[in-house]
Amino acid sequence: MSSAATTAAQSTTSAQSAAGAAPDAATGGTAGAVTADAVNTETTPSAAGGVPPEGRSARVATDYSDYRVVAAKHPWRWVGTAVVALGVLGIAWSLATNPRWEWGVVAQWFTAQSVVTGLVETLKLTAISGILGFVLGFILALMRLSASPLLVSVSWTFSWIFRSTPLLVQMLLWYNLGYLYEKISLGIPFTDVRFFEVQTTTLISQFAAAVLGLTLNQAAYSAEIIRGGILSVDQGQLEAAAALGIPAWRRSTRIVLPQAMRAILPTAFNEIIGLVKGTSIVYVLAYSELFYTVQVIYNRTQQVLPLLLVATLWYVVITSVLSVFQYYIERHYSKGAVRNLPLTPLQKARKFFATHAVVNNARNAR
Amino acid sequence: MSTATPTAEAPATAPGTAPATRGLVEITKVRKSFGATEVLKGVSLTVEPGGVAVIVGPSGSGKSTLLRTINHLEKVDGGFISIDGKLVGYEVRGERLHELREKDILKQRTGIGMVFQNFNLFPHLTALENVAEAPVVAQGRSKDEARRRGLELLDRVGLRDRADAYPRQLSGGQQQRVAIARALALDPKILLFDEPTSALDPELVNEVLDVIRELAKSGTTLIIVTHEMGFARDVADTVVFMDQGQIVEQGSPQEIFTNPQEPRTRSFFSKVLEPAFNI
Repeated sequence: MSSAATTAAQSTTSAQSAAGAAPDAATGGTAGAVTADAVNTETTPSAAGGVPPEGRSARVATDYSDYRVVAAKHPWRWVGTAVVALGVLGIAWSLATNPRWEWGVVAQWFTAQSVVTGLVETLKLTAISGILGFVLGFILALMRLSASPLLVSVSWTFSWIFRSTPLLVQMLLWYNLGYLYEKISLGIPFTDVRFFEVQTTTLISQFAAAVLGLTLNQAAYSAEIIRGGILSVDQGQLEAAAALGIPAWRRSTRIVLPQAMRAILPTAFNEIIGLVKGTSIVYVLAYSELFYTVQVIYNRTQQVLPLLLVATLWYVVITSVLSVFQYYIERHYSKGAVRNLPLTPLQKARKFFATHAVVNNARNAR
Repeated sequence: MSTATPTAEAPATAPGTAPATRGLVEITKVRKSFGATEVLKGVSLTVEPGGVAVIVGPSGSGKSTLLRTINHLEKVDGGFISIDGKLVGYEVRGERLHELREKDILKQRTGIGMVFQNFNLFPHLTALENVAEAPVVAQGRSKDEARRRGLELLDRVGLRDRADAYPRQLSGGQQQRVAIARALALDPKILLFDEPTSALDPELVNEVLDVIRELAKSGTTLIIVTHEMGFARDVADTVVFMDQGQIVEQGSPQEIFTNPQEPRTRSFFSKVLEPAFNI
């Protein structure tokens, strides 16, 4: 009996049946329980009261679409935001007002001819040794993954040596190669035949030593990054490609590498950004890239901190630009890896303004 | 069909005797070990051109390995496999078997399509690009031709309208149908299916099986490893039962399913068949 009443009270679809069952519930001694149970449902008053008021029966299956949504409040979020904002403001204020930062001097040197020349040299070093380093790294990675034990061990030894010696030492060693080997020649080993011979010192300039040092060092690291990326691609991909008769080189470049790129890119950009700043190490060769140029200037003017700031700001600019590149390149390679590509910041902004314009227009129309 | 037992005459000794045949697969005493485990213990099997052989058996019985030796994804340790009288992976010169170079193996493989349990579609390429890739780089067809043919094949598996979708945007059944279209793109004379429906949700199995049923009528030789017994009975003209690296029994579906001779076959089917259908 009571169960029948409860069922009826819960079936909100039919006001009729609820009304019909209600008297039964009232006569059976369990009416109290039913009422308590039914307090939460729309039909209760009618069930308990017996006669449903006219207006209610029409609204039995509640339609919430007209209700206003009140957003949940997060007061602590606001407190946290305020504290952090205050901190950031404090730092910005001190940067702006502390005269010892000498922003005037920074501005004066930021775009000075010599600084810009140094900047160009830095970019040149980064680009050349970055590209050569990754190309060589790719070859080393393929060697390491090949079936030939000789290639594997050569690749392993290369990475072992260049990762375990300080870049500074490598750099000085390359620059002083002329001391170790006066002449560099190309010929048939163990005979007197020489096709080509040159003084080492003329071949290894500061620039050449810098590129050589940075490239070989970079290659050792990028080889491992690329190898890791290749290993992250499912073996089934290679099998499928092999079963389709796709040649080995094409398998690497068309099937494996594009998928490996997703794993390679974040670390690779880490490396390149590291390389941008890493180029500053060639100051030991007195090569006038950005950092060395700035050093020369502050040794003369004694404005050490402002000039270091000049270099720092340029490094920040380069890194920022690289980060934008990274975002879009990663996005390109995530094709197919995610169901739908997320919007770029630009697209997001456009969408934001578009939807808000629509809302505003709608408001204005009202 | 049931005469496909090891024959003394090696197919290698009679190359070119049957130029008219297309897709005759002869497997002779094939052995294969992984480390200390011998997964194939001298397996011999013949599948006639246009035949449909379904290999069934408990997991670990060597079904998939046998399938993978046919297109040389797995190198055999002993015995040999020939397709239309030509050895797979080797070349006969005089009294010697010369191992083929990678290039020639790849060429052989273009005549043998393979469909994997996990689809193995290339996730960074669209459905159409997946289908049109191999004909261009492995068979030297023009890109336009490959695309046109790719669309035809996608149409054949009912997915022409999803040609530009990436695999991850497709359901499992759709992905497997694209994988079948990809295997068909090279116009293979033999198609190998390695548990093509094992990774699919039950309600998606049939859309893939329907495509395979269609192919069974096309005259291509099909060798299918599957656990779908109902499908096997439907589509096969030879059912091969494997256990522990050996072929225990083979014959027509009627013979194998309704009247298995070997106790091992009987005990396997008694576990597998009961709930599926009554004979």
